[in-house]
Amino acid sequence: MTALSLFSPRRYGYRVNAVAVVASMFILFWGVMALFGTSLAPYPPGKVVDFDFFGPISADFWLGSDYLGRDIFSRILMGASYTVGISLGAVCLACFTGVVLGMTAAVTGGWFDVALSRFLDALSSIPSKLFGLVMVAAIGSSTPVLILLLAVIYTPGSYRFARALAVNINTMDFVTVARARGEGTFYLITQEILPNITGPVLADMGLRFVFIVLLLSGLSFLGLGVQPPYADWGSLVRENIGALAFGAPAVIAPCIAIASLTISVNLLIDNLPQKIRDRSA
Amino acid sequence: MNTQILTLVLGRLGVAFITLLIVSFVVFGATEMLPGDIVEILLGQAATPEAIAGLRSAMHLDDPSLVRYGRWILGLLQGDLGTSYANDLPIAEMIGDRLSNTLRLAAVTSAVAVPLALVLGITTAMFRGSIYDRIVTTGVVSVISVPEFMIATLAVLVFAVWLDWLPALSFANEATSWGEMFRVFAMPVITLCGVITAQMIRMTRAAVIDTLKMPYVEMALLKGASRWRMVMRHALPNALGPIVNAIALSLSYLLGGVIIVETIFNYPGIAKLMVDAVATRDLPLIQSCAMVFCIGYLTLITLADILAIVANPRLRK
Repeated sequence: MTALSLFSPRRYGYRVNAVAVVASMFILFWGVMALFGTSLAPYPPGKVVDFDFFGPISADFWLGSDYLGRDIFSRILMGASYTVGISLGAVCLACFTGVVLGMTAAVTGGWFDVALSRFLDALSSIPSKLFGLVMVAAIGSSTPVLILLLAVIYTPGSYRFARALAVNINTMDFVTVARARGEGTFYLITQEILPNITGPVLADMGLRFVFIVLLLSGLSFLGLGVQPPYADWGSLVRENIGALAFGAPAVIAPCIAIASLTISVNLLIDNLPQKIRDRSA
Repeated sequence: MNTQILTLVLGRLGVAFITLLIVSFVVFGATEMLPGDIVEILLGQAATPEAIAGLRSAMHLDDPSLVRYGRWILGLLQGDLGTSYANDLPIAEMIGDRLSNTLRLAAVTSAVAVPLALVLGITTAMFRGSIYDRIVTTGVVSVISVPEFMIATLAVLVFAVWLDWLPALSFANEATSWGEMFRVFAMPVITLCGVITAQMIRMTRAAVIDTLKMPYVEMALLKGASRWRMVMRHALPNALGPIVNAIALSLSYLLGGVIIVETIFNYPGIAKLMVDAVATRDLPLIQSCAMVFCIGYLTLITLADILAIVANPRLRK
């Protein structure tokens, strides 16, 4: 036993590999940029600073300039707060609703369970992009609407996952004992079920975050997401799609930003310690 | 036993029908939420109150929502999709051509993607853990975790800008010869294939790996069968059900992909029609397009379910 091993996570039964570390560094980077990006940006994101449009990578403009001559690097930092912020808000809302409803359905059972499951199954059989299109057409697009819309679209999946886990836990002896003691639904959910499904639920939340980032970017790309003058990464690709013909960095850089975030989250979850991921088995 | 399968299949169809009904309710409800009055939008600022009231009653907008929902559903069942707000054309007419364009795109994509995905999925499962498997699996994860428009953007960048092989935009109506047809379809098909194939490879690989874990495959290995024989004769026939299920499920990803692809390549399909309808807030058109999409999606999902039941006796409880 060396002194070093005392402090390694392995001592607590967790095994962390290099891929997970690199992935979490990327995620941390985008998290910090989402919070402080606008103040760290070299130029104001809305200001036209380059006389050339679709300018190349240079010392002044790290990632070139966009179709109006604005600095792409600054705009990507601004986009980070929209993409990460909206997605994070939506995923928290979706997972909170889904997990609470899922656990309640599993504990309560009966008609409540059946009716809720049927309804949410029907909701999830509307293709997500289509659902987004219809809703945005109906109620327009603003940041709160987007968060709510994305949360509604991804609640059924989260519900289904949490319910499946909770149903397994529900059959355990300690739940039966608690029930025999006369504990109410709230106690059962928070004290008996939730602590036993936290790991998988968090992993599922990460995956759902990726889906939400992808859907949000897709909607913004169609012009239905974040509206000008603000822009998330999807809108940045849409704005600068004309740069394709020149092969300019303006259209490639936001794409790389999206990919680096989503691939990192996926890789991190794939490389999480087994103990956290597979409590469901 | 056959009656048992029949009952199960009928049950699935029933569930699909009820789901479609709920979906139609949601679609109708969503478009009901539109703030502002469609009649005032249609008539513009110069409308007199009498004109507004007249048009309202002519469009039956004064009836309760439930009555209008019933009328809309009955119309749909009879094939009457209503008329578009934006240009006053019957919607059935507008959708007809577009739908066949989209279906053609989907058919070409499936014809390319399915064989490709099957070969890659099965071979990666066979050589699990090899360099080849790892490269393909990493590629698949990367494709799944990026948005469809990024694959489209990269495809344009590589094939149209750098290599200059293909046109960046496509118009299906202009294609007259086979050569032009190929050039027009190439880009959308490449993009959609990227999306579908990745999903399909992942599911096919998982299905074959599951089957390879079975005791009878180990038996085949122990009796000295070659790897090919083991996979082709023993594993594949049993994995066929899950694989067909996987194909139907991944084809349902076409729906999401096609919305992006038709927009980016200006392809005159039904998804483009719908995105344009969203821009003009043409509600009847959006409703009809949404229903067409949901019917397509539900058909594929239900088909996947039914194939899984037929292929796997253990699901016939």
